Amino acid sequence: MNAKGKVFKYGDNVDTDVIIPARYLNSSDPNELATHCMEDIDKSFVSKVNKGDIIVATKNFGCGSSREHAPIAIKASGVSCVIAETFARIFYRNAINIGLPIMECKEASLAIEAGDEVSVDFDTGIIKDITKGLEFKGQPFPEFMQKIIKAEGLLNYIQSR
Amino acid sequence: MGMTMTQKILAAHAGLSKVCAGQLIEADLELVLGNDITSPVAIKEMEKMNLNTVFNKDKIALVPDHFAPNKDIKSAQHCKCVREFALKNEITNYFEVGQMGIEHALLPEQGLTVAGDVIIGADSHTCTYGALGAFSTGVGSTDMAAGMATGKAWFKVPGAIKFNIIGKPNKWISGKDVILHIIGEIGVDGALYESMEFTGEGIKYLSMDDRFTIANMAIEAGAKNGIFPVDDKALEYIKEHSKRTPKIYEADADAVYDKEITVDLSKLRPTIAFPHLPENTKTIDEIKEKITIDQVVIGSCTNGRIEDLRTAAEILKGQKVAKGMRLIVLPATQKIYLQAMEEGLIKTFIEAGGVVSTPTCGPCLGGYMGVLAENERCVSTTNRNFVGRMGHITSEIYLASPAVAAMSAIKGYIAAPEV
Repeated sequence: MNAKGKVFKYGDNVDTDVIIPARYLNSSDPNELATHCMEDIDKSFVSKVNKGDIIVATKNFGCGSSREHAPIAIKASGVSCVIAETFARIFYRNAINIGLPIMECKEASLAIEAGDEVSVDFDTGIIKDITKGLEFKGQPFPEFMQKIIKAEGLLNYIQSR
Repeated sequence: MGMTMTQKILAAHAGLSKVCAGQLIEADLELVLGNDITSPVAIKEMEKMNLNTVFNKDKIALVPDHFAPNKDIKSAQHCKCVREFALKNEITNYFEVGQMGIEHALLPEQGLTVAGDVIIGADSHTCTYGALGAFSTGVGSTDMAAGMATGKAWFKVPGAIKFNIIGKPNKWISGKDVILHIIGEIGVDGALYESMEFTGEGIKYLSMDDRFTIANMAIEAGAKNGIFPVDDKALEYIKEHSKRTPKIYEADADAVYDKEITVDLSKLRPTIAFPHLPENTKTIDEIKEKITIDQVVIGSCTNGRIEDLRTAAEILKGQKVAKGMRLIVLPATQKIYLQAMEEGLIKTFIEAGGVVSTPTCGPCLGGYMGVLAENERCVSTTNRNFVGRMGHITSEIYLASPAVAAMSAIKGYIAAPEV
């Protein structure tokens, strides 16, 4: 499984309120949520994002509320992977449970810049910044979580057992 | 090597004699919680997977509280979805608008959470029940769906930070000041993936309402849960509210902690978190400029309990809010609302020039009942002050205790009552 795309870059503590503001949580439709994704931190995100693009941020990405609408909005925007130095724990869980690939890698999160072309290999954890010619080793998921991701989400995994 | 209090609860619920930090386990759940924002996503997922039954109709709690009473048509649809699911599955603990309250104030009050439980909730502030000595943590809708279907959830066993609470707090210093002080010290990711275990002789000076506030905001430091030892105060609370028997777990004497931090309650001062992170804290003495404000909100799962309202009323009694000030008070449950009415607190708020709302999470997350306009400032007893959290992205939220909020409403700028 791989991801490849152009990078949208953000800093520390990107919270779920800026990923998907609560004023839009009267909907749970992924496509509708995607039209407001990242609205309060980056108004141009929705108009610029293309299928396959990658979000890179630094510490504590997805902090705040437990709203699964946050990874759902990101996934429905077409984003193929989120790379960060660390993730807030509920966002981390939610991303795995809905099948949004995420990767923790401090070096990559610091070096990669907005607009860079980046590829990610989920099996090996290798992250390549094609624009800069750099390579990083991210943390691949433990086996248990890989099973959930391969089953395309927690509920599929539970049913398959 | 011993186990922390959290690890002991998790081990017992996973059928293991021992667990250690980092271990992946599957644990049995005493309660699965959801609200009107998160439950519809879980319900749709269950339907999609043809999961047509719940594991135990008595061990699920559904509380429409975020945008309830319905704020608009879309919210009404969400609440309807939860109501129909509850009816179809005969969910015992579904709370209709007249019986409801903000979930994390309501469930302990209803006796649904007791010491020793493992609880998941599709709401990040589910960590509140740690005040009673339970392991409780926030999850997303998919985990909620899996929990409702199977009665189990997977966890990575957390390590822990030990907070040694000492000293006696001064008047007007509350649980909110304690937790804001701690988050200011360790940061919004200071306890990422970890338990915050509170211990020490100072805990006896913290009321249950103080402890609920402290455990409630453990998530704002990134923690998986916050937990208190089960003392007489906790047992008394449980006995008063629940028919269930609590199970007491204690950390081993040789439990391993990643860090130990001492908090001296006697040294704490009224503490305020400045925009736009709960870690941007200042004590009242460090605020040199006059920060004028437009609105004050007293309520939420963090600070909408009876003691919070009593504190605010004590300060507001016989006073008027500043000219142009919008004071919004939200008792967290119907029971608290009634109690506040009987004690004359509601009268005090209205006579002071405030407005009192039915229980709802509304303003805390910029839903309704107190949304902020461009460049407006609000002192709020809620838990998050992120960009745009309560309204316009240029608005500002200052998180504080009910005492600071009430005093600020009178003065028109951030202020604390004198000791």
